[in-house]
Amino acid sequence: MNSIKNQEPTSETIRLEARFQNYVDGENKVEPKDWMPGAYRKTLIRQISQHAHSEVVGMLPEANWIGRAPSLRRKVALLAKVQDEAGHGLYLYSAAETLGVDRRELLEELLAGKAKYSSIFNYPTPSWADMGAIGWLVDGAAIANQVMLCRTSYGPYARAMVKICKEESFHQRQGYEIMLYLSKGTPAQKAMAQDALNRWWWPSLMMFGPNDAESPNSAQSMRWKIKRKSNDELRQEFIDKTVPQAEFLGLSIPDPELRWNEARGHYDFGPINWEEFKQVVAGNGPCNRERLEARRKADEEGRWVREAANAYAQKQAQRRAQTSEVA
Amino acid sequence: MEFSPDLRTQHLLHLADNALILGQRLSEWCGHGPVLEQDIAIINTALDQIGQARMLYQHAGKGMNPALDEDQLAFFRTENQFLNFTMLELPNGDWAQTLVRQFFFDTYNYLQYERLTESSDPALRAIAGKALKEIGYHAQFSAEWVIRMGDGTEESHKRAQDAVDRLWPYTGEFFESDGFSAEAAVRRAAPLPSDLQPHWEEKVDAVLVEAGLKKPVLQWFQTGGRKGQHTEHMGYILAELQFLPRLHPEAQW
Repeated sequence: MNSIKNQEPTSETIRLEARFQNYVDGENKVEPKDWMPGAYRKTLIRQISQHAHSEVVGMLPEANWIGRAPSLRRKVALLAKVQDEAGHGLYLYSAAETLGVDRRELLEELLAGKAKYSSIFNYPTPSWADMGAIGWLVDGAAIANQVMLCRTSYGPYARAMVKICKEESFHQRQGYEIMLYLSKGTPAQKAMAQDALNRWWWPSLMMFGPNDAESPNSAQSMRWKIKRKSNDELRQEFIDKTVPQAEFLGLSIPDPELRWNEARGHYDFGPINWEEFKQVVAGNGPCNRERLEARRKADEEGRWVREAANAYAQKQAQRRAQTSEVA
Repeated sequence: MEFSPDLRTQHLLHLADNALILGQRLSEWCGHGPVLEQDIAIINTALDQIGQARMLYQHAGKGMNPALDEDQLAFFRTENQFLNFTMLELPNGDWAQTLVRQFFFDTYNYLQYERLTESSDPALRAIAGKALKEIGYHAQFSAEWVIRMGDGTEESHKRAQDAVDRLWPYTGEFFESDGFSAEAAVRRAAPLPSDLQPHWEEKVDAVLVEAGLKKPVLQWFQTGGRKGQHTEHMGYILAELQFLPRLHPEAQW
């Protein structure tokens, strides 16, 4: 696939690509066995695997509070939520595998620090209120993106997204409910909620990615209908939806420039610190190292377990073969 | 918290504490399992255990005077008021220690809950009916892993044998039959634990043989959990489990 750039497009490729574009323009779903441009395949593998890695790494900041959840109901809900994320990781790795890559290969790239995952998970969760803020804001931002992806042109990805979206909206409500209890609770609880909002607001806005002008791959993804809305459109939708929710909680959004713009019919908001975004993506966020180390540790400590399972399965297969020979 | 539950309540708390403390321990695997599928599977067991703990605490708390809710029972009792088996509070160790512990306990728990479905206590009977199905899956899952590890690679065999040897001394506690257990048996609310022992040994022996693992000859067992006497690990579990509600005792979450 690396040779795609260097290849001169043949007339046959040009014809196939035109037909492909036409097919996608007609709102048809691309399936694994269909012909697709090499770059389309490559883009999807990158995007889906990053998404899968995000689910798996995203388990860590929330798993941090399972042991300390303040009620049994919250403990069960949080545990179930993090389990759902592991499940999402599985669907997504499977969707990526339909494009001809191997899950282990993708995982190796993550562990080697070569593959990206959503930078939001490189922020720490020092407080219980972070479980609320993550559900409300981070899952909220993810949903905005994922609702769009339910209509993405690649069939297996779109179908995985439909399933994931249902669970994510449940998580978001759960997160918002945590925030509701905190913001209507004791002064200490309310302070906890405000502090979490202060820390998660800007990183959540960064989840939509760079401004459209700075996002060169977006246009091609939109043409292929992998993506259907631009980063800035999605970000604006998220802000418009979230500001009234914060007001209902009685919490203030940490942006002095945030105000309703009657003429635009949208909220205006202050500048995003893209330098911070770049630094966190580049590996310099507060938890990048810890997150990757946790994944590597789990993988290394799990190696003998995976080997044992394989060895046992092989022995069993041999035994079955011997038994049938005897029979 | 002033707390002097009667024998009936102690029995229910013992069942609930076993479920909660094991669930709390297992949930530490969340996000750290050897492979995604096993991460999901072990979280399932943790979820089932904590779910069972909730039902049992609710049932126990309703019968108390004054009545207490599940969170008061889970978060505001002290270490000596927890009546779980000490095995369940031990650190997870590696996958072998976690799954061997699970195998020993699941096998016991299945036999116990099978009998609890015939309890003279109707609420306990209903809880057991729901829990038994879950525990059946847990017992199958852990027995399969013991066999897989025992009969897998040299390393997995060694780790599994080490886990068996390490955990065996904690299995004696399962079958202690005095105090609240004797009282529950008299009421026909629960089986006498010692009655379960022959069945337990039969099942455990069969799985260990299939796994190629040696059953320890040791017959000197640890004790204490049923009386609220715990290992050094228990205090840390409760510190983690309970700190937040205790820091804000007036808060709703």
